[in-house]
Amino acid sequence: MADHTSVRAGARRPQRYLPIQILLGFLVIYFLVPFWWVIVNSSKDAPGLFGGGNTLWFTDQIDYLGNLRQLFTYDGGIYLRWILNSTLYAIAGGVGATVLAVMAGYGFAKYRFAARRFSFAVVLGALMVPATALVIPTFIMFSRLGLTNTVWAVILPSLLNPFGVYLMHVYARDAVPDELLDAARVDGAGELRTFFQIALPLMRPAVVTVLLLSAVASWNNYFLPLAMLSDNRLFPVTVGLGLWQGIASANNAGTTSLWSLIILGSLVSVLPLIIAFFSLQRHWRGGLSVGGLR
Amino acid sequence: MTLLTEKRAPRPQPETRKIRGKVHLREHLMGWLFVGPFGVVFLAFLIAPLAYALYLSLFQKKLIGGTSFVLFDNYVKAFTDPSFLSGAWFVIRFSLVSIPLQIVIALALALILDSVTTLFARFSRLMIFLPYAIPTVIGAVMWGFLYSRGFGPLTDIFGLFGATAPDFLGSDLIFYGLLNVVTWQWAGYYMIILYAALQGVDPTLYEAARMDGAGRWQIATRIKIPLIAPALILILVFSLIGTLQFFNEPQILRYLAAGTIGSDFTPNMYAYQQAFSLANFNYGSAISFALGGIVFICVYAFLFFTRKRRSFL
Repeated sequence: MADHTSVRAGARRPQRYLPIQILLGFLVIYFLVPFWWVIVNSSKDAPGLFGGGNTLWFTDQIDYLGNLRQLFTYDGGIYLRWILNSTLYAIAGGVGATVLAVMAGYGFAKYRFAARRFSFAVVLGALMVPATALVIPTFIMFSRLGLTNTVWAVILPSLLNPFGVYLMHVYARDAVPDELLDAARVDGAGELRTFFQIALPLMRPAVVTVLLLSAVASWNNYFLPLAMLSDNRLFPVTVGLGLWQGIASANNAGTTSLWSLIILGSLVSVLPLIIAFFSLQRHWRGGLSVGGLR
Repeated sequence: MTLLTEKRAPRPQPETRKIRGKVHLREHLMGWLFVGPFGVVFLAFLIAPLAYALYLSLFQKKLIGGTSFVLFDNYVKAFTDPSFLSGAWFVIRFSLVSIPLQIVIALALALILDSVTTLFARFSRLMIFLPYAIPTVIGAVMWGFLYSRGFGPLTDIFGLFGATAPDFLGSDLIFYGLLNVVTWQWAGYYMIILYAALQGVDPTLYEAARMDGAGRWQIATRIKIPLIAPALILILVFSLIGTLQFFNEPQILRYLAAGTIGSDFTPNMYAYQQAFSLANFNYGSAISFALGGIVFICVYAFLFFTRKRRSFL
C-alpha cells in the first residue's frame, strides 16, 4: 500500500493543489468540531458549562483533573466498570469472532468438502440479515436459558461475523497458494501444522483487519447490550452513557454535574479505539482493500 | 445473491490418485473441522433466532384466552399499523437521501486523496476517518450537544448575524440533524474502503491513459471509478443494511429531542418498544422479521439490478 504511494509520488513532481487543500482543510474542521467541543467543554465545571459563555472556547477555569476525579468516583466508580466491561466485550467478542472467521474462511477456501458451496452460499446470504433483527428472538431464547443479564448474553452473539468469514475466504483463496500447502503435506506436515505454520502467517493482514473490525463492532454495540442487560454494573460504556443521557435529560434541574460527566465520559470512552486505530494503521489498511477489490 | 464462482480447475493430484477415496474423506473431515466451530455459532445465533422469530410471529398473546396461533395476523397488523408504516417510510426516505450523499462525498474524497499526496492530505485522510472509531452512540451524544440550545454553539454563531439558530432537534429539521450525524460518522469509513481500492489499481494504467491524451477528470470517471465499482457496491450494500435498521442515533437523540422522536420513529425502535416496554414479544418478533425481510429483499433486488453476477459485491 505504502509502496504505491511512494512510487507514484516519486515518479511525478509533488503537486500542491492549493484550492483542494483548502477544501480539505474545511472538511477536516467539520470532522473535528465535535471532538473540539467535547475537549473544550470537558474542562469546564457546571457553572462554566451553563454560564452562557463561548461554547467553543475554554473558560478561565480549566479543571480536567477535578472532572476526571468526579467521573471515576461517581456512583462508586461505575464509569470505570463500564469501560472495563466494554473492553472485556470487545476483546472476547473480537478475538472469538476472529478465530472462528479465520478457521471458517480458510476451510471454505482450501478444502473441497461436502455441501461446501451450499454452506458458503448460506453464509453470504446471512450478510444481508440485519443484526438487530436477531436481537429480540435471541433475547427470548436467552431468557429461557437464564442467560440474559450475564456477560455471555453480550459475548456469545458477538461471535457471529459472516463478513469476517467472507473476507478471510477471499484472502485465503488469493494469498495462500495451494502448491505451498501441498508441498507442506508432501513433506509430512499435518493439516493443523500446515494451517498454523504456512497459511496463518500469509493471512496476517486480513486477520488483523477482521480482528479490528469485530472488536470495533463489539465496542460500539448498543442495541444488543441494551436489550440483554438490566444490571447497570454489566453495561458497556455505550449503554452506560446512554443511561446517563436519559437521566440528565429527564430531570434537567439538579443534574447539572451529570452533564459534565457525560461530556468527559464521551471523551474518555473514545480514546482507546482512536489509539488502537492509529497505532495499528499499517496493519489494517492492507486488509481493508480485500473486501472491496474482488 | 451470486456466489464466488470457483473458476479454478480441480487440482490434479497424480501421486494420490490411487488412494482417492481416502483423500476425499480426509478433505471432508478437515473442511468440516475448520468450518464447524463457526457453523455451530451460525446455527445458534443466526438460524435459530430467525426461525424462532418466525415461529413467535405466528402467535398472538391475548389477555383472555392466552396465546393462540394466528398465522400471518401479526404481519397483516404490522403492514396496516400506522406506527410501523411511518417508521418504514422514514428509513426508506432517509436511505434514499443519506446513502447517495455519503457515497458521493466518500468517492470525491477518495479520488482527491488518491491523487493529492501532500503531508496535509495524508493528515486529512486520518482525521476524516476518525469518526469511524467513535461509537455511534457517542457520536450522537456529541452532535446532540452541538445541536442543543443550552450547550451548543449554534445560538451564538447565528446570533452574530442577528438570526435565530435552526433547531436540528425540532420536528422540521430532525431529518437533517440525523443526516448530518450519519454522514459525519460513516463517510470517512467508506472513503477509506474506496481509497484502499484505488491504491490497489495499477498506476501504469493512468500513465497509458495520459499518453492517449486523457485528462484528470477522464481518468477518474473512465478508469478509476469503473475499476473500484465492486468496492462501491460493497459500501452501498452495507449502508443500505445499516440505514434500514436505524436505531442508535435516534434512540440517543430522543432524550434531547423530546416530543420530536417518538418511540415508533424507526421500525427497529418500534420493535424494541413493543418487545421491551410492552412485553409484546410476538408482535415485536413479527416487526423484526418483517424488517429483516424488507432489508433482504431490498439488498437482493439491488444486487440483482447491478448485475454483478460473477463476484459477490
